[in-house]
Formats: sequence, structure tokens, C-alpha cells
Amino acid sequence: MATQNTRSIARFMMAPSVILLLIWMIVPLAMTLWFSFQNYNLLDPTNVSFGGLFNYRYFLTDPAFLTSIVNTLLLVVGVLIITVIGGILIALLIDQPIFGQGIVRILVISPFFVMPPVAALVWKNMIMHPGYGVFADISRFFGLQPVDWFAQFPLLSIIIIVAWQWLPFATLILLTALQSLDGEQKEAAEMDGANFLSRFWYLTLPHMSRAITVVILIQTIFLLGVYAEILVTTNGGPGYASTNLPFLIYRTALLGYDVGGASAGGVIAIILANIVAFFLMRAVGKNLDK
Amino acid sequence: MARAVSTRTKAIWTVAAWIVALIIFFPILYTIITSLKSEQEAIAGFNLIPSFTLESYGEVQSQQNYFKFFMNSVIIAVGSTAIGVLIAVPAAWSMAFAPTKKTKDILMWMLSTKMMPAAAVLVPFYLLFRDFGLLDSRAGLTIMLMMINLPIVVWMLYTYFREIPGEILEAARMDGASLWGEIWHVLMPMAVPGIASTMLLNIILAWNEAFWTIRLTTTEAAPLTAFIASFSSPQGLFWAKLSAASTLAIAPILIMGWFSQKQLVRGLTFGAVK
Amino acid sequence: MRLTTLVLGLCTASALAFAAHAESITIATVNNGDMVRMQKLTDDFTKKNPDIQLNWVTLEENVLRERVTTDIATKGGQYDVMTIGTYEVPIWAKQGWLLPLDNLGADYDTADIIPAIAGGLSVDGKLYAAPFYGESSFVMYRKDLMEKAGLTMPDAPTWDFIVDAAKKMTDRANDVNGICLRGKAGWGENMAFLTAMSNSFGARWFDEKWQPQFDQPEWKKTMDTYVSLMKEAGPSGASSNGFNENLALFQQGKCGMWIDATVAASFVSDPKNSTVADKVGYALAPDNGLGKRGNWLWAWSLAIPAGTQKAAAAEKFVSWATDKAYLELVASKEGWANVPPGTRTSLYNNPEYQKAAPFAKMTLDSINSADPTKPTVKPVPYVGVQFVAIPQFQSLGTQVGQLFSAALAGQMSVDDALAQAQATTVREMTRAGYIK
Repeated sequence: MATQNTRSIARFMMAPSVILLLIWMIVPLAMTLWFSFQNYNLLDPTNVSFGGLFNYRYFLTDPAFLTSIVNTLLLVVGVLIITVIGGILIALLIDQPIFGQGIVRILVISPFFVMPPVAALVWKNMIMHPGYGVFADISRFFGLQPVDWFAQFPLLSIIIIVAWQWLPFATLILLTALQSLDGEQKEAAEMDGANFLSRFWYLTLPHMSRAITVVILIQTIFLLGVYAEILVTTNGGPGYASTNLPFLIYRTALLGYDVGGASAGGVIAIILANIVAFFLMRAVGKNLDK
Repeated sequence: MARAVSTRTKAIWTVAAWIVALIIFFPILYTIITSLKSEQEAIAGFNLIPSFTLESYGEVQSQQNYFKFFMNSVIIAVGSTAIGVLIAVPAAWSMAFAPTKKTKDILMWMLSTKMMPAAAVLVPFYLLFRDFGLLDSRAGLTIMLMMINLPIVVWMLYTYFREIPGEILEAARMDGASLWGEIWHVLMPMAVPGIASTMLLNIILAWNEAFWTIRLTTTEAAPLTAFIASFSSPQGLFWAKLSAASTLAIAPILIMGWFSQKQLVRGLTFGAVK
Repeated sequence: MRLTTLVLGLCTASALAFAAHAESITIATVNNGDMVRMQKLTDDFTKKNPDIQLNWVTLEENVLRERVTTDIATKGGQYDVMTIGTYEVPIWAKQGWLLPLDNLGADYDTADIIPAIAGGLSVDGKLYAAPFYGESSFVMYRKDLMEKAGLTMPDAPTWDFIVDAAKKMTDRANDVNGICLRGKAGWGENMAFLTAMSNSFGARWFDEKWQPQFDQPEWKKTMDTYVSLMKEAGPSGASSNGFNENLALFQQGKCGMWIDATVAASFVSDPKNSTVADKVGYALAPDNGLGKRGNWLWAWSLAIPAGTQKAAAAEKFVSWATDKAYLELVASKEGWANVPPGTRTSLYNNPEYQKAAPFAKMTLDSINSADPTKPTVKPVPYVGVQFVAIPQFQSLGTQVGQLFSAALAGQMSVDDALAQAQATTVREMTRAGYIK
């Protein structure tokens, strides 16, 4: 049978990437699981012993743990809100007939190409620095005391930086969706005398729902792993105010050199990420299957 | 759009759009401007007109040979993309045209492999790379980045392939085309735009990856992310030098992005637009 | 396993084949001025050693530390020479990860290394790293502002004097802060300063039984003094200021005093970058009459990992970069003021250096007054002045630093910060097995 044949060939073609990913995932995962049950500090390799569940207990009782979970969620949700709402507004704006649309698009898309450490360095030193940043210059121009962003609003500052990086992505997907909206439908709605808001609410937004879902899904995967921006700017502080889960694991692994603890943290992070993914798929996944 | 728009309305929208676009672009613009200032100017307060000195670029180049890092970035980004697409195309093809009940699950599982925090698996990977002699090698880094991005590549290609109508394939099959003929002569021409934009996205992601590219390299394979790590917080005044180094690190990918943005945007929808 | 052996075998084979022509060694360095200058002077080394090729890896301090630590602990073998500090040397040497440096050549005058620095880089009398530059910390102050406030800075001030002077020098209307101190969280940022400061208040991290001491009155007094001083006389946003930020502030005349690394002296007195170059005075770090001053001791040093195949070439390089001839080389090319300071006694006896560096004597006195083996007033089980030389300290110091930074930012009271610091430290030390 042709279909049977196709099926087996399909499996055969899928095999390389599935097998590779399996190996790629299982080997380190097995090592991580193994390490997570060991008392293993990288700087004290002669003193390795079986620790049972101690690393998990230790990681879960870290004074920063609960804060880091909350911060992780705040970061994801905060960036999603800014990028989705901002993306819709900017997409609506660019979709209007304007002069130089090509250049406007190029400008808007640009932050997406900037590597995370550079984005963080630029925002930290050029924009938000309380002495030499542009925000400080603006405050001083109006005779105000410059805001020390990373000390006073650490998590918000990081949300702003990360949102800046992801806004282009959201804008572009939403813009493409917007442009695929049937012009005749729009005109018909206009003929009916529907005003801008109701047109947006009953026609445009439902049309974009699938695009919004994709934006949320893809961004969540990346946002759950944000750490470089924190490392460059606040180092998780002041206190634990900007420590998220990846950063907590980073701190355990590369400041404490606590391989056991970091491995346990990694396992915990995967479990949590899958829980988030599960709920996310239930909440918005329907939009993906038409 | 057949509707006529008054010039005045268009002008208002234009101004608004340009203001928003410039605000979004401003951090990059200001970095470029600052890179053309002297260190004294750079901290002397807000100023959009630099003295156009190339001093900082000279300083940066004299400390680190930019081109070596640049070449490594290119090789690693392009290499990981090429290999990744070669592996992902068959997988995405079979998922799109011969889906089973498990296809969705496999896709979700692939994406979930991205959720392991890199720092937690650094030591396991470092040990593996050491044992296979892959530390500080372009080959090792290429494999690493290829694997990291493979799930995204498969998903993008999958959503793209799914939009190709199956009837065309059926027709080709009726004509007696073999499976490979089917792929090469019928599918590929239709899929090229999707593959191209997938490759663009992958190049961007690989270029900007900043954990493994620093941790697994020393001299031979170090790309531009390592270049930036050597300028991030030195002693003394460094604003102009940092700007110059940052500009150098992002310029190639930025320019590539600008020229290919239409292509990129078309494919970047992950099946969001039908 | 077999594959591994094969790959390793191939690597060794190719390494040997390569060695027949020219040996290339990989050197990991930190991206500060002196190290960058060393890279530019490489020609001198390769001229003398044409068979050795140098590969440089220059990284920002924290990334560098992370890289070399991961590599040496996993025996990755990526580096032949590593730049490390006084913190790493005792820990790594004890693990047997470093080669003792006893083949630095006949001309290498080991006895000339400043004793306090050599002490910090030796374990059981053996030198494990050669100091490239060394530093302590001291007070840099604006002579003009001090005069305006009607005060004279003694060579060895007390904390009472510093607090008083800082308040009097503060002139917020003219954007002058009495004192600038580190506030940015990090074991090498605010905790370097605060740990050194706490020593002069009689505080310590641990007692002889490794019990954390943040619940003791000495720490409370240290933190109260620090937070209230910074509130009254410090710059805004101090909790994110590290060395760099304070340097920029001082260079622009926005600080009356600044207590920080002695190497900063060459930056603040450099007329090219500093607006106050001709008005800077220097004094020892303050004390409280308890016998310890609040100054630290640090040396960026070159060490050779025990696993390297190229020990001989690496030793040649370490010797070149840290001997007296190198100082002269820098002096001939860039002037005496740019010589890496703080490593050799002979440099401080050199009249030309004394002329070029008005802060020379104060730097040497500061270095000599720090004793890593007896850092505190009360006895402690550890070495290190502004750190505790145990593997757990980087993480511990950074966490405590976060809390103290939050206290400075006003997001947490001093008492809360200390209580949390105590709890965190007890927890980590229990885990590491110090507290039974």
C-alpha cells in the first residue's frame, strides 16, 4: 500500500531528528539526575557522596526559591502583556497607510537582532544608568532627581529590557496576521457603520487570536529561560528582588559551583516548566487547531 | 485598498508611526552615536551629534582581533543552520504529510527540551565535550547550537509545510513521481521560501546565543559573544568603547536582518496566519 | 570509553606533532588596563622565545572566573596560564590543581615580592601563583574640599574622622557627595569593601568553630555606620555603584572621599581622564583603634594548572610577565606611572617610580598593613582579608552582598539584612559540612 509505505518512510525521515534530540536530551538529563542525588561541589571533587533527596530539599528551601518562582512568572506575564498589547497597537499603527513604511518596519524589527548581553549592557549603561543614562538626562532636564532603575525597580527594569527585545517579534507576527485580514470584510464592516472600536473588537481581534496564541507560546518558551539580562544588570538583586528561577540555578551552578544543587534545581525547573506548558496548552492551545 | 486616504490623515499616521519606530530603535541608534564619541563626550550628557571619531573602534580592534571572532560567528551560525535544516526538513515533512496521533506530542516534547536551564547542565556538557575533544572547537559549538535550535526549526518548517496543499502531492504521485522526485520537484520549490526564512531565524538565534558560545570556547572557536564579554565592565571610562564593541557585534546580523526582513517576516509566523 | 580514549589519543598525537614546530600556550586574562597592556607588549616575549606562541583569552572578571574554575575543576585542560586572585590560590593549591612555581629562572628574584602579597599566594611556604599586580585599598580624598571643610586628613584616619569629614564635605547643591563607597552586590564588590571594613570594627565572618557571626554587635555597628554614612553623605543610587561607577563619579569631582582599590590612584591622578587629577590626596584606610584597618589585599596573579602539557613554556611566560625586567619594559614604553603596581619591593624603592606615582608610599604602607593570615581582631579559622578562602564563599558573599545592598537601598532594615545574612550563612555552612 502506498500510504503504508509513506508512513514507514515518514517514520524513517523523522528518525534522525527525534533520535538526535532524544540522545541530546537523555544523556545530559541522566547525568543531571545522577548529579542531583550527589553531594558534589565542583571545587571539592574529593568529597563527593550520595546525598539522596538532600539537594532537592536544599534547593526548595532556599530563601530565594519562592521569590524566584514569583519573579519568573511576573517576568513572563509582564513581558507578554507589554509585547502583546504593544504589538497589537504598533501593528495597527504600521498597518495604516504611511510614508516610508519599509523603513519604519526595519526600525521596529531591529531590537530582535540584538544579542541579549548587548541589549542588557546598552540599557544598563546608556539608557537606565542613574548618572550617564538617557533617562537620567531627561529627568535632569525637567529638574527631577534621576531614577536609579536597577535599585528601585529592579524587576520592572528587566521586564522593560526583555520586552524591548521581544516587542518586534510580537509586532511582526501580529502585523502579518492583520494584513491577512480580508480587506472586503473590513470595508463591509465600515459600510455597516461599525466604528473603529467595535470593528477592532468583533473583527480584527478574533482574526488575530491565532497569532496572539503563537506569540504567547513561543515567547513563553524563551522567557522562562531569561537569565543573561539579569546577570548583566542587577545580579538578581537588590535582595532577591530580581532573581528568577534560571538565575537562581545559574547562581547555584556558577557562583556556588554546587553541581548537586544546580542539578536538582534544573530538574525542578523542568517539572515547573512542563506544568506551565500544560496549563498554557489547555488555556490557549485550542486556538492552534482550527 | 481602493479607498482614497486624505493626505492629512496619512501625514498624521506617518508622524505617529515614525515617532514610535524611532523610540523603539533609539537604544541602538544611541549606541551607534556613542561609539563615534570620545570617552569624555560619552559621559558628558545627552548629545546626539558625536565628534565622529573612530578612536574607540581603533582601541577595540587593538585589544581584540574582531575579524577572528566575526568569522567564528559566521561559521558557527551558518554551519549549525545548514545542518539543522538538513535534519529538520525530513522530520517536518513527515509530520506535515503523514501525521500520526503522536505528531503533536512529539512536537510538544521537542519544544520542551528547550526548557532545561543551560546553567544546570553546564557541568555534564562540559565533561562530555572534554571527553570527545570538542571543547573550543567550531564543530562542537556548531553541534551544540544546532541541537538547541532544532525544535524551533522543526516546528517552523512543520507549520510551513502544512500549508502546502496535499492535493498537489497526490497529483504528482498519480503522474508516477517517486517519493524523492516528489520532494525535489514538487515540494521543494514550494517550500523554499519557508526554508529560507527558517534558516534566517536560526542564523539570528545562533548568532545571539550567549551561554554556550562563551562557556565552551577559549580562543579557536570564540565568536562575537565572547568578544563582547571582554569589553563588558573594564576599569575606567568605557562607555564609548563598549558602544563600539556592541555596534561591531550586532552590525552584521542587523544588516542581514534589514536586507532580508521581508523574507524573514513571511516565515516568522509559525503558522499563526492562514 | 574506547571512543574517548581514541579521541584523546588523537588529540595528544596532534598536540605532539604541533609541539615539534612551535608551542602555543593559552593564557586567560581579565580585561583590565594592566593586562591589556601586557598583551600589547607580547612582541618582547616572542622575540626572546621564538618557539613559543601566545594565545590570549581576555574576559570580563566574573566570566573569566567562571570559565577558569569550571575548566580546572573538570580538568578540561583549555588553559596553560590562568589569571586568578588571592581568593582562588589557597583553595586550588590545596586541591593540587596548581603547579608550584619553583622554576621561574635564575634572575627571578622571588624574595623581592612584597611579603604580604607573597604570603597570600603561598601555601605551606610554596609559591603557587606569581603576582602580576597587587592592590590594597585606601582613602582617596579631595584636598581642596577637605580644606574648604576646615579639616586636615591625617595619614592614618579613624572612622569617626571619616564620618565627620564626609558630612562636612557634602554639598548636595553642587553635586558633591562627602563619600563614595561600593554598594553594588557581589562578593568582589560591596562585600570586599564591607568585609574589610568590618575587620576594623572587630567583626568576623566566622568564629573558630565556623559559626557565622552576623548576629554579633560588631557587624551591627559596621552596617549601621555604613548605611547611615551613605544615606547622609553618599551619592544617589549608591546601591548599584561598584568600582567603575565610583571611579567615574570621583573623576568628575562628585566625591569628597572614596575608599577603594589602590590601583584607582593612577586613574584619578591621570589628567587625561580625571578633572580632579591635581587635587587628590591619599591616606590609609580608617580604623577604630582596635589594631586592624579596613583595607583589603588582592593580587591578580598568574598560575599554571597542574594538568598542562606545556609547563616549561608556561613558566617562561609567567616569569617574563612578572619579573623586574617587565616593569622596566613597561616603564620604557609607557612611563613609570603605568607600571603594574603592588608586586615588588624594589619598585617602591625606585626613585623614578616614586616621582611618577605620588601615591607609591601610601600604597606600599596599605599593602603591608593587611595580613591575610590574621585578618581580624578576634581569631578566625580562615585566611583572606576581604574574603574567606573557602569554596562556598563566592556564592555566600554574593548572597549576603545582595542583602546588604538591599539594606543600603532602603528596601530592608539593617537588622533584617543581618538576620537574613545570618540565616543564609548558617544554612550554607551546614550544607557544606562546616557546622556539624
